[in-house]
Amino acid sequence: MTEIDWSKPRLLAKNIRKNFDERQVLKGVDLEVYPGQIVALIGSSGSGKSTMLRCLNLVEELSDGQIWLDGDEISRPGINDDEVRANIGLVFQSYNLFAHLSILDNVKLALKVVQKKSDKEATEIALGWLDRIGLADKANQYPDKLSGGQQQRTAIVRAVALNPKLLLLDEVTSALDPELSGEVLELIRDLKNSGTTIVMATHELSFAREVADWVIFLDQGVIAEEGEAADFFANPKNARTKEFLARVI
Amino acid sequence: MSQSTTSEAQLARETWRVSRKRRSTLTAIVSTLVFAVVAWLLLVNTPGWSRVQTSFFDWDTAVKAFPRVLDGLWLNLRVLVFASISVLIVALLLALATTLRNPALTPIRLLAKGYIDLFRGTPLIITLYLVGFGIPGLRIEAFGRIAPEILGTIALTLTYSAYVAEVFRAGIESIHPSQRLAARSLGLSYSQSVRLVVLPQAVRKVVPPLMNDFVALQKDVGLISVLGAVDAVRGAQIEVAHFANFTPYIVAGLFFVILAIPTVRLTDWLAARMAKREQMGTVL
Repeated sequence: MTEIDWSKPRLLAKNIRKNFDERQVLKGVDLEVYPGQIVALIGSSGSGKSTMLRCLNLVEELSDGQIWLDGDEISRPGINDDEVRANIGLVFQSYNLFAHLSILDNVKLALKVVQKKSDKEATEIALGWLDRIGLADKANQYPDKLSGGQQQRTAIVRAVALNPKLLLLDEVTSALDPELSGEVLELIRDLKNSGTTIVMATHELSFAREVADWVIFLDQGVIAEEGEAADFFANPKNARTKEFLARVI
Repeated sequence: MSQSTTSEAQLARETWRVSRKRRSTLTAIVSTLVFAVVAWLLLVNTPGWSRVQTSFFDWDTAVKAFPRVLDGLWLNLRVLVFASISVLIVALLLALATTLRNPALTPIRLLAKGYIDLFRGTPLIITLYLVGFGIPGLRIEAFGRIAPEILGTIALTLTYSAYVAEVFRAGIESIHPSQRLAARSLGLSYSQSVRLVVLPQAVRKVVPPLMNDFVALQKDVGLISVLGAVDAVRGAQIEVAHFANFTPYIVAGLFFVILAIPTVRLTDWLAARMAKREQMGTVL
């Protein structure tokens, strides 16, 4: 397992706020993520987990707050957000693979168009990743011919193949049955071992306890409690956290 | 391993299904025949049937009119090819313009919307007159004399691109926003995500309705005759005047039907294939 590098944060987010019209979804959330670290965001539906991830990837415009990636402020006006997004992978609950492309072409697309790699190089990288998740022999299949677990692993690999500085996983196992989510969780463990920095919103608390270094409990758009995973689950301090854990576990 | 045999219950069900199917096929054949015979008898017993027969369905006139009508059809085909290509290009640009979301580009979006409203609402024949007689009426020296078939092609493009743009727009909007979101989150720009992710899926979805508009265009190319272009319809008109018999119109009509059949069948086949792909199990 790779060590976490505590010298300077990979991602720093301060006072993140997001309103949708009158509704305040995030009411000032701070986040620090260090290279190699896995941070789990937990909380009930509607607590702001997904919105937080979307804000970090800049697919959602901030209502307030600032974000730094490796010390570079990515929330500053005029930044090239396409470039930032290529450095921050985001994977969705519903996979969102491109339906008209084979899974190989799904993984290759951004390698070619965003990272300007040659077709040969992109194919090599993509096949390498598909091989790692055991789907190399299905490379030319279309997404709708694959199981949910296979699609989700492809979606994760599509983001990871770009070698992002940070990977955001938005409830990537919520649409899968236990057996298929097992495959996906296995891949996440594998990524953790190779040093990928990950922020994941999840309902899989036992998995969060197992792989996450830091756990954040979001409640109604604010951080109610956070802490080291083992400690967080063993001794929750906040009443809301206790209530949530009692309800879910 | 045990040999699987069909159960009594299943055999009884199958026998019943076969007999049901046979009965409904028979009913269909009989009712079609009865309808055809009745329609035919009603037609031939009308007081003027023999006169209509000689003035619309005269074999000799048909044979004599054939070459000129066929010659005219060649012009229709050329107009069809050029009009189809320009309709696709203009329509795609219009559709993309209407789906723009950048506020700075609002004027373009509104212009495209206005264009579509205008030409979808205007009868084709009026657009044809306006373009066919209006543009030459401007007497722009540089253009010289513009052939009526070119003016006709322009008018057809103006009208049809408005229709086809709506088809494209529906296709673009039918692609779930999550596809664009996934593309953007991988670092693709707005235009890259539209070009590489949204459009390829949208175009595939709208092929059957596009083909339908193409069939409509196939016969509307006959309307360029009102501008004086000697196409199949105009050729037939000349022969009608010559023989004082309407049969050449029927000849031209049949040509257009024959032209349309392959496209119509292809459209049906494509639509059926897409339906099959989205449908699991039995159709009820």
